[in-house]
Amino acid sequence: MSHVVDLADTHLSPAVPPAGCGFRLVMKRTLRLLCCGLVILVGSARAAMPPAALSGLVADDSDEKIAAIQALASAEPESALIVLEALAKNLLMLAGGQLLIVEGESVTDAATGVKLAHVPDDAEAVTVNNRVRRELESTLAGLRLFAPDAAVRLEAAKELASGAEPASLPWIERALAQAKDPAERAQLELARARASLGSEDAKVRLSAVKTLAGSADPSVRALVAGRLVMDGERYVEADAAVRAAAADALRQIDRRFMLGDSLARVFSGVSLGSILLLAALGLAITYGVMGVINMAHGELLMVGAYTTYLTQGWFRAHLPDYVDFYVLAAIPLAFLAAALVGAIIERLVIRHLYGRTLETLLASWGVSLILIQAVRVVFGPQNMELSNPAWMSGGVELMPGLVLPWNRIVIVLFALIVLAGISAVMIRTRLGLYIRAVTQNRAMAGCVGVPTRRIDTLAFAIGAGIAGLGGVALSQIGNVGPDMGQGYIVDSFLVVVVGGVGQLAGAVLAALGLGIATKFLEGVAGAVVAKILVLIFIILFIQKRPQGLFALKGRFVEN
Amino acid sequence: MKRRQFFSTLAITAAMSALPWAASSGFAADTIKVGVLHSLSGTMAISETALKETALMAIDEINAKGGVMGKKLEAVVVDPASNWPLFAEKARQLLTQDKVAVVFGCWTSVSRKSVLPVFKELNGLLFYPVQYEGEELEKNVFYTGAAPNQQAIPAVEYLMSKDGGSAKRFVLLGTDYVYPRTTNKILRAFLKSKGVADADIMEDYTPFGHSDYQTIIAKIKKFAAEGKKTAVISTINGDSNVPFYKELGNAGLKATDVPVVAFSVGEEELRGVDTKPLVGHLAAWNYFMSLKNAENDKFIKMYRDWAKKKKLANADKVVTNDPMEATYVGIHMWKQAVEKAKSTDVDKVIGAMAGQSFKAPSGFTIKMDEKNHHLHKPVFVGEVRADGQFNVVWKTKGPVRAAPWSPYIPGNDKKKDGPDGQ
Repeated sequence: MSHVVDLADTHLSPAVPPAGCGFRLVMKRTLRLLCCGLVILVGSARAAMPPAALSGLVADDSDEKIAAIQALASAEPESALIVLEALAKNLLMLAGGQLLIVEGESVTDAATGVKLAHVPDDAEAVTVNNRVRRELESTLAGLRLFAPDAAVRLEAAKELASGAEPASLPWIERALAQAKDPAERAQLELARARASLGSEDAKVRLSAVKTLAGSADPSVRALVAGRLVMDGERYVEADAAVRAAAADALRQIDRRFMLGDSLARVFSGVSLGSILLLAALGLAITYGVMGVINMAHGELLMVGAYTTYLTQGWFRAHLPDYVDFYVLAAIPLAFLAAALVGAIIERLVIRHLYGRTLETLLASWGVSLILIQAVRVVFGPQNMELSNPAWMSGGVELMPGLVLPWNRIVIVLFALIVLAGISAVMIRTRLGLYIRAVTQNRAMAGCVGVPTRRIDTLAFAIGAGIAGLGGVALSQIGNVGPDMGQGYIVDSFLVVVVGGVGQLAGAVLAALGLGIATKFLEGVAGAVVAKILVLIFIILFIQKRPQGLFALKGRFVEN
Repeated sequence: MKRRQFFSTLAITAAMSALPWAASSGFAADTIKVGVLHSLSGTMAISETALKETALMAIDEINAKGGVMGKKLEAVVVDPASNWPLFAEKARQLLTQDKVAVVFGCWTSVSRKSVLPVFKELNGLLFYPVQYEGEELEKNVFYTGAAPNQQAIPAVEYLMSKDGGSAKRFVLLGTDYVYPRTTNKILRAFLKSKGVADADIMEDYTPFGHSDYQTIIAKIKKFAAEGKKTAVISTINGDSNVPFYKELGNAGLKATDVPVVAFSVGEEELRGVDTKPLVGHLAAWNYFMSLKNAENDKFIKMYRDWAKKKKLANADKVVTNDPMEATYVGIHMWKQAVEKAKSTDVDKVIGAMAGQSFKAPSGFTIKMDEKNHHLHKPVFVGEVRADGQFNVVWKTKGPVRAAPWSPYIPGNDKKKDGPDGQ
């Protein structure tokens, strides 16, 4: 990327912000600096920057730095954009009094735009703290308000609407005078209201508060609420009309918040439920079909998660361009790996212990310890580093203040797909028919020619494979380590037991119910107490209804 | 046939997993045994594994320079597996069976509290390298991490300053055990003394290994929206930090809006996290890897070489952090004290430790206090960078003396400034 600045190439024009009427100290200082900037601009050739402003950028003092940023932005908007963007991205370096923009291999002199061959040895990064960053982002958004690209302009207006500082007001005013697009105008109005909330003129404040009542940004609430705060004996806001308007605006904002809050809670419950479901689905099959209490189920999740880790490693080494899709590739691999491990466990251990519940429990617990230890020996005891692919990072802002993270959305969808797949297998295929037949009446199924032993292995392998799929999902939100399975085994059994043995629909309802109940209780009582309450609830529930939510109907041959 | 193979594989696996313990119990006459007591598995492995490596590296370094009093050091490594009662068992094993001269170990305060009775009973010597809540002064322990006045209090003061964002409301968020509970008790008292009302403080705890931070993040957002500038003070420990920071990034809670300052998160914990959305969140420590000085360059290079030599996972990307530095400083100070006392006898070494000083990678010559078993340490507040390192945005002029008995807890003014029985 080249940073050579050419005035002819840019649509930006030097800013002459309209003088605002009587603002606080910050504004006065800014205006003074703007005037300084203008003087310098007249005297400067091309895009060479005022050295004083540039030297201010590397000042130790935050106040000086902020002043320098503002001065630069108003004096040289087009080159300031480049330098300030570099500063915001931590690309700016200082070497012997010379400011450099270092981006990968390309090194440019920030003041003149001249390319350099290499970074000098004594170069040190120019750093900013949060306070400077806030000003910087606001200033950058102000500069971008005049970008040729409408999308960039709208984005900048949005950013200012949720974080404008009073210093950005002149730009906002000027952008408002030019803006045509209604969406952009609406955002700019909000930004202006936000920036002028601290105005000395009560009328300006009143209209600002009224405009902000229509905003849905969470940070606006704090701003408006700030108008109602008492400072010692008297209100921060001296004007009673403004206070009344603020109280009114607060009520409107709160109503919108309530909605967002409830939606967020339901979503996090559904998200937790989908994770519980993925962890427990496999168990619902193995426990349901064979009555096998498989304590190694958690480790099958771990096998899936480690397969995901290995897939990521393979992609990084061999297909670095497609590394974002490693999760997709990991899905079938994790299923196969876990199914294979499951089939081996069934053939070697479980098969010999059918009908002896206690022995199976102990033996499978032993298997789980062996698997944990084996992974510890092979991969080491530390958690594995798994990064979310880009398309699973970040979130979608459903409404202001309600961000749904992509990784959780994807996992909820994934759980639905797995559920649909497993139901299709159970209901539509011959294998599913056999599995259901064995579940309901093993002896009779055997009599009519179902190969019960093979069905056992297959069912166990499918259950294990689904656990592997659960492992893929878990690797995207939690930690991947040798012990990870232990954290989920209890929850999985709870879901299966509450849902009713051998019932997919029961497992789904139980997982969602437990998920939403946990999240609701967490909101009220905190995570520690919520966990205790859920366990107590389950104990009471099992006392009342030992067969779980759904019981299998039909004729059974017990044992 | 197949089955036999499988079982023989199992046997090998089991034997291999027992190897480290088997190897460590070997005896050599001309060595001084040194215990390393850090969790190499479980929820704390994310933080403690690197401390074990640092301890082994420092021991290796000392041995390469001729050892201590002409004797080589021999490390005895045990894994208490993030299991607090097991810490006490392993400590007893180190002191009675292996007869180590000193133990370097523990991270969580609950593990330290668990081994304390063992060290007192057997008159052992423990070097504890992690920042903690204070409220403790034991003759048998040297604390090379920070006391609250060397980390927590300055960090909160920074948040309240203009550059820190002039925070007026605080969320105290932690893992549910003794360190976060006590630290938050101190911080609450401190905030009150600065005029912060109870309504402006929210306290919340999660269990060890908690991995679902949706509700908590939603609560923080809501609390922050109620007015006034909000900051989060996190005492979350162990691998819960990874899901916490992932959720923080995904939920779009930016440091410019609600900064999170953490006391148990350093370079090592952030290794598994995409730090780009976290830029600007803070941590307070007495050392950062990004500090520029000759001692630190040496320390980082030494650890990188060690990681390569030992083929650690991701050896090319290893990082150093504060507790690693504290471990390193502790081992060297113990060596100096042994040489001064001309003995590894615990009581003599304890006497010789007073006033020891060492040129630390933090860039300062830091001193073991003559009386209170704590180091004088400089304090740094750093902001997370996109590359997972920290920018120092605030620091003390020089080392600060530790106040293990926080003045913000009533009754502490009467406590003695040195351990009993000394």
